[in-house]
This record gives sequence, C-alpha cells and structure tokens, in this order.
Amino acid sequence: MRSLTLGHYLPGNSLLHRMDPRVKLVSLLVLIIALFVIETFLGFMLFGSFIFMIFLSTRLPWRYFFRGLRPVFLIVLITLILHFLFTKGGQVYVRWGPLTVEEAGIYLGSFMTLRLVLLVTTTVMITLTTSPIAFADGIEYLLRPFRRMGVPGHEIAMMMTIALRFIPTLMEEGDKIRKAQMARGADFETGNIFRRARNLVPLLVPLFVSAFRRADELAVAMEARCYRGGQGRTRLRELQARPLDYYGLTTVTAILVFIILTGV
Amino acid sequence: MRSVLLDLKDVTFDYILENKQSLRAVNDLSLQVEEGEYIALIGPNGSGKSTLARLLNALLIPLFGEIQVDGFATRVEEHRWEIRRRVGMVFQNPDNQIVATTVQEDVAFGLENLGVETSEILQRITESLNRVGLSAYAEHAPHLLSGGQKQRLAIAGVIAMRPRCLVLDEPTAMLDPRGRKEVLDTIHSMNRQENITVVHITHFMEEALQADRVIVMHRGEIAAMGKPETIFNGSIDLHLLGLEVPPIPRLAEMLRAEGLTIPTGILDTDDLVSYLCS
Ligand SMILES: Nc1ncnc2c1ncn2[C@@H]1O[C@H](COP(=O)(O)OP(=O)(O)O)[C@@H](O)[C@H]1O
Ligand SMILES: [Mg+2]
Repeated sequence: MRSLTLGHYLPGNSLLHRMDPRVKLVSLLVLIIALFVIETFLGFMLFGSFIFMIFLSTRLPWRYFFRGLRPVFLIVLITLILHFLFTKGGQVYVRWGPLTVEEAGIYLGSFMTLRLVLLVTTTVMITLTTSPIAFADGIEYLLRPFRRMGVPGHEIAMMMTIALRFIPTLMEEGDKIRKAQMARGADFETGNIFRRARNLVPLLVPLFVSAFRRADELAVAMEARCYRGGQGRTRLRELQARPLDYYGLTTVTAILVFIILTGV
Repeated sequence: MRSVLLDLKDVTFDYILENKQSLRAVNDLSLQVEEGEYIALIGPNGSGKSTLARLLNALLIPLFGEIQVDGFATRVEEHRWEIRRRVGMVFQNPDNQIVATTVQEDVAFGLENLGVETSEILQRITESLNRVGLSAYAEHAPHLLSGGQKQRLAIAGVIAMRPRCLVLDEPTAMLDPRGRKEVLDTIHSMNRQENITVVHITHFMEEALQADRVIVMHRGEIAAMGKPETIFNGSIDLHLLGLEVPPIPRLAEMLRAEGLTIPTGILDTDDLVSYLCS
C-alpha cells in the first residue's frame, strides 16, 4: 500500500526539527514577507544562501527537496515563458517572427522565478522538518487570539488531527473495496480518463458512506470521553519555546528588517 | 452490603424518526446495578441494548423515568460530565473510537478534556497502558495495532479517567478469537482487581456465562434476569427471545432429554466433563 505522509514530514533531530512549531510558522510568515519585499538579485542571493545554510544543517536528503519542488515546476516554467515572451522593454535579444524576447522580460522572468522557487523551498523545508501534529498544535495556539473574532482555532487543529488519524484507515478501506470490486469484474485501470473516473464511482460511494458512519460513531465516542470543545482543555504536549526558538525568531526578524532598511 | 451505582427507575426512551413518528427503544425499564458487579446484557438485534448503554452515561436522556449514576441524575445538565467521567464507554468498532495519532495521545484525550495537569496525564498514561498490556506501544500509530489491541487501547483511554463503571457495547464483535480473549481478560481483570462495575453487552453467549448477573432484553424490556446458571439452565426459552443457548448448556439439555440426570447450573466444559466422569 502507498504510504501517504501529509506534508512529507521527515523525522530528524536537527535544530530546525527541534524548534517550536509556533516559531516555525511565524518565521515562515516573516520569511515570506521578506521574499516579497526583496527588490534586487543581490537580495535573493543573500536570502538563498541563508536558506541553503539552514537546509544543510537539517541534513535532509536533497532528493526530498526536489520532490517538494516538483508540483510547482510547471507553474515556474509557465511564469518564465510568459514573461520572456510578453514582457516588453529594453534591448531585444531574440527575434523570431512576430515573437521577441526583450531585456525587461528576461529580468522580470528570472526575478519572479527566483521568488517562486525560494518561496516553495522555504515552505518545503519547514514542512519537511515539522510533524503535522506539531503543525496542528502550532496553528491552534497562533489562532487563539482570533477566537473572539470567530476563528475556530481549536476546531481546525482537532480536524487536522482526526484527518491524520483516519487517512491510513480510509486508505486501507479504499484498498479493500477496490480489490472487492475488482474481484467482481470492476475495471479501474483501462480506458480514457472519463471512463476511469466513472469507474471510480463504485469505489467512492461505499468509501464515503463508511466515512460518514465513522464520523458519526467517532463523535459519540468523543462525547462519551467528555469532549466539549477547546474550553478548559489541558494538553499532553504543552508547547514550550526555548532559547533556540528566540534566536531563530530574532534572526528571521533581523533579516526582514535588514532587507527593508537596505532596500536590497 | 454493596452500594447501588446505577439506578434506573421506570426508564422509557423513544427515538424520533424522520417521519416524525416515534419508536420506542426502551420501555418502562427499572434496574439497579451494584458497585463492583459484572453484568452481561444480552438480547436480539434491536432489543434496545445499545440505547440502554447510551442512557447510562447521559449520551441519551430518558423520555420518562429517572437514571441515577452514583447519585447523579442524568437528566440534570450540570451532572453530565461527572457522569461521563464515572461511566466509561467502549464501543463495537475499534477504529471509530480512537481519536489521536499515537497510542499515548489517545489515552490522554479524555484526560485533556477533563483538564488534568500534564504531569498527572503522563503518569496515568503509563499506568493505564500497563494495565492493558500496551506499554510497549505508547508511541505507535493506532492503525498499526491489531483489533484486540485497539479495543484494549479504548479501554486504557477510559480507565485513565478512573471511572467507577465500564459500559462495553459488543466490544468483541469485530475481533478474531485471540483478540476476543485479550479483551475479555482485560475486562475481567478490571472488574476483579479494580472493583470496576462492568456492563458488558454481547451476543456471544459464552461471554455471558462468566458474569455475576445476566440480563436478557427483548423489545426494550427486561425479559429475564438472574445468575448465568439460572438463565441458561433451560427453564427460560431463549429461542423464543431470539437467542441461542450456549453450547455446553445446550448439550446438557439434550443429554437430559435423552434421559440422563444432569444437574442444572453446568455451564462450561470442565464442569460437564467432571460430572459425566464421576
Ligand atoms: N439513532 C437511531 N434513530 C432511530 N432509531 C434507532 C436509532 N438507534 C437505534 N434505533 C432503533 O431502536 C431500537 C433499539 O436499537 P438498539 O438500542 O441499537 O438495539 P440493540 O443494540 O439491542 O441492537 C431498534 O429498533 C433500532 O432500529
Ligand atoms: Mg447494539
């Protein structure tokens, strides 16, 4: 069976792994803001080397890194091509019939591509080093101040936890149903895309029905165990920020301030 | 004298169906369960066993009548959490009652809901996992456990809350024989060693043989109640109530019909063998 890991978390023991998820989430936000403030290639170089150093410190295998980039590769490519072809201005480098590639296009295209790649790289690095459960805890904590505005932080975190808990169970069940339907002659593997999509119906319907039944039973079981929302709840894993976390937060804030002040 | 833990007086419960009609699931039922007792609750499908279980920890509230748990009435809204802490529930499907992504966090779930301190939670996790024999699995993901282990995890999650009573709704129905034995042994040791009251709903008659008292439900009412020896000695027509007689009492009954004099109250293989050989 395919194993599915949400966010592709890779357990480890590096500094980044050990950081508080709240700090990582806030740092990620700060770094993303920094990326959008950067105005020069020098800025991207500095930012890139910072991310590169952190990545080395995590000792994650490179292939995971590229695997994380794969889904956005097409978007990056399209951005690059569109800018090359349609952003006009400055010197003309290539002329091919009605199409031209001009200086501004190359400049803006590479600029946008770099920004996108660094954005994805930074995010992938954080998700690779943070367990989804820690993420949920961090999100619950960070959304707490917005509770009064009606942001259901606890509920979001609980939903994430339950989703994580049930993904393997539902995958197993899906696999069983698939095999059962195949034994009765169902065909999931041939035909064009529409045909295949239609053939999935006998798999998805029982899976959905069972998922709803599970949800029903789980809700009763949770209530029986005194669940009544986030109020007055304690946690087994209390999040605790350590000096390391403060250093990390200070560093990324300093980077943002530096970029704004020097205008790189 | 032992004190009464569960006290049901003239309890009636109706489900309201989609077409606004009501369906009576429990009808004018009265019952007292003493502290430390092991009750087996049997009855055909739809006889109201699960409904009764849910009435016991205030998941459902009676239409008429009154249920008191350790002196707390389920009807009073403020008592509900006290009641749910005292009456732990274990359900049939092992998968659909595990909330968290690791074994120890699932045990912690109920304690977190009660607002127990972190240090105390850790201590109780260790304790409960020890009790059910899952200490080695504390960090495991629940979906990697066997069915029997999942049910023991569910029991651990409940006993961590230090309940007075366990209500188990067909906890072994989806397990293989080994898982069943694991779970039954765990339930029995809770009952004997911790004096936790047990209400065990089951459709395996052999499981009912080991109870202090057997309650037979039929159409929302108690059709028969008594020690296993008297319920299964042939004096009550279990077939009429939609139930099977367990194998050894059935064999004893057949031998009796063939003219052998076999005393009533013989429930398991050893007893029968030693009687026949004496
Ligand atoms: N949620 C529900 N809504 C409507 N009717 C229900 C519901 N749950 C159970 N019933 C009905 O109540 C009766 C008793 O059911 P239940 O307590 O589940 O019996 P048992 O557990 O002994 O099989 C049955 O006729 C059943 O169809
Ligand atoms: Mg039932």
